[in-house]
Amino acid sequence: MARFIERHPAWALIAIIAIAVVLWLVFAIWPPGLEAAIGRKRVFLNAVLNGITLGGLYFLVASGFTLIFGLMRNVNLAHGSLYLFGGYIGYAISTWTGSWILSFIVAFIVVALVGVILQLAVFRRMEGQDLRQTMVTIGLSIVFADLMLWVFGGDFYQIQTPAWLIGPIQLPLLTAIKSSGEPVYLQYPLVRLVIFAASVVIGVAMWLALNRTRIGMIVRAGVDDRDILAATGVRIQLVFVLVFALGAGLAGIAGVVGGTFQSLSPGEDTRFLLASLVVVIVGGMGSIPGAALGAVIIGLAEQLGSVYIPTYAIVVTFLIMVLVLALRPQGLLARR
Amino acid sequence: MSLLQSTQFRPDPSATTARRAFIRAWPDFQNPAAWLVALILIIMPLIASGFFLIEIFATTLILGIIALSLMFLAGYGGMVSLMQLTIAGFAGYMVAVFGVSGNANISLGWPWWLATPMALALATLFGTLGGALAVRTEGIYTIMITLAIGAAFYYFTNQNWAIFNGHTGINTVATPHFWGVDWRADIAFYYVTLGIAAICYFAVQYVSRAPFGLALQGVRDNSRRMAALGFNPNAHRIAAYAFAAFIAGLGGVLQVWNYRQISPGSVSVGACIDILIIAVVGGITRPIGPFIGAFIFVLLRTFALDVLIKFGLDGNRFRLLIGLGFLAIVFWSSDGVIGLWERWRRHHVSSAKRTGGGRHG
Repeated sequence: MARFIERHPAWALIAIIAIAVVLWLVFAIWPPGLEAAIGRKRVFLNAVLNGITLGGLYFLVASGFTLIFGLMRNVNLAHGSLYLFGGYIGYAISTWTGSWILSFIVAFIVVALVGVILQLAVFRRMEGQDLRQTMVTIGLSIVFADLMLWVFGGDFYQIQTPAWLIGPIQLPLLTAIKSSGEPVYLQYPLVRLVIFAASVVIGVAMWLALNRTRIGMIVRAGVDDRDILAATGVRIQLVFVLVFALGAGLAGIAGVVGGTFQSLSPGEDTRFLLASLVVVIVGGMGSIPGAALGAVIIGLAEQLGSVYIPTYAIVVTFLIMVLVLALRPQGLLARR
Repeated sequence: MSLLQSTQFRPDPSATTARRAFIRAWPDFQNPAAWLVALILIIMPLIASGFFLIEIFATTLILGIIALSLMFLAGYGGMVSLMQLTIAGFAGYMVAVFGVSGNANISLGWPWWLATPMALALATLFGTLGGALAVRTEGIYTIMITLAIGAAFYYFTNQNWAIFNGHTGINTVATPHFWGVDWRADIAFYYVTLGIAAICYFAVQYVSRAPFGLALQGVRDNSRRMAALGFNPNAHRIAAYAFAAFIAGLGGVLQVWNYRQISPGSVSVGACIDILIIAVVGGITRPIGPFIGAFIFVLLRTFALDVLIKFGLDGNRFRLLIGLGFLAIVFWSSDGVIGLWERWRRHHVSSAKRTGGGRHG
């Protein structure tokens, strides 16, 4: 941090001012002139929180995608299908048993198993042929999409939020002060906050596992140079299978999350595939912190965009991608 | 000097060299099968009914043109771009926006001879800009970026009402009428499509053998070495994107004339991927591949329903069939149907030789 300030004093100043402005926007009570110009503070805070929690969901999808890509150079374009499949599994389990937590566990295990089968039966046979693997994932996504359409139909499904998570809670964020002098605090759905906290926990756990454990060390070495890693005697195929299972399982969990606070229907697979593509391109391919940063940026851009410039929300997301590609083609946090 | 020598002293060899060069540049002129296919395509209106002419052959040619632009990029440039259909759709939208359509509040009402070049120019610009973005990264990343561009365009057309009229799209797009001919009538439209497809096909074949195309293939095989030789790899790649965008734009204009309407469904991510499937199933090493792939695709799309029902299966599983077929092709042949056919022919020739050799021995 100190080094960054020393090397780029101008950028550091801009960043500090930006952070101060954001903090003021979040915590201060807006003067009437500002409310007249850009709308109520409640709307703004809701959009920011929605953006951050949506970023949590995007992170869950994109982290698996980027992990698989980073280690195996496999652009898994069937990742969106794994997401949707996880969501459907979660829906089936939660309606069958009524347990929300159980649906996460089963979705993780089932989708991870699908990932293991894919890695063993398909991708292992064409190792090193990037383009062919990608083509295969495209074919698989078409087949999966049609199979899921066959089984689940074109209806919208929503996973039931458990009773202890239903309803809003009061956050210690002031939105306005009534004329009587009574402060008004922001109400926000508890379930989204819990899910966001869970995705932060998962992200931190992944970071710790990658940076503090032996397996994580092996995976990081594989990201840098898998041939040398294989030459040192590591059973690289086993590592590949494990990483693929983890990445697929995360997509499955994300499916349950997405099914809880959005809905599941055909076409969602493409939407989340696009989201993870953009997140990974922005954040840096193969980097977990990059996925986190990219997910929050894209989530915020989508939500703030859809509140303040509704017809051009998607363009904002796209412009961010273009800017990153133009200035830092390898992504914000990638090393290469 | 060589010209002087050859004309003065050795007229005959020069003629044969020129002829050989001609054959090398246009191998189709030497192939009797190609002449036969061309003849059949030209007399097709005598054989086929209006349904076959438009729904099968014209659609095949249009999809083939769009897939041809992908084949050019992937086969000669090594860049698999998933945004070719997006460029085509953009051209179609521009025809509808600048030309005459049922949505008078959007369309500017220009005559077709002004609206079409405008649409083609804008589509080429769009493709060039997209290409300039995509060449900032390499190989496998190209797929991701072009897919993201295609998907962003799809969602944008869905959200934007001012230009693209949201998810309803633009309907009743006018088609050209001039010289007393309705060029959207079945037979006339078939010939327009056939003519443009032929021009695109020969243009791609010509460019692939022109200095630019050879340099592009050099960039595909070893861009660092080409850079060391003084070529600018990225400029070649962007130029390839521009050329491919123009071809895709032609396909898009034909497509909007064919359906007379355009909506976000025409530029959906699934449709973008269909173009990739067409090119890969046909084979991405030769310009004829996309047309073969498109023919198979259109036949499957049109008749799979009836065939599946005939076998007592669910007719709605057409996409499953396409997906499985695509997987099979990717698994077993690196070069699509052309590759399978060539392998079969080589096998056939070699086995024939073996039996022939046996007889002599």
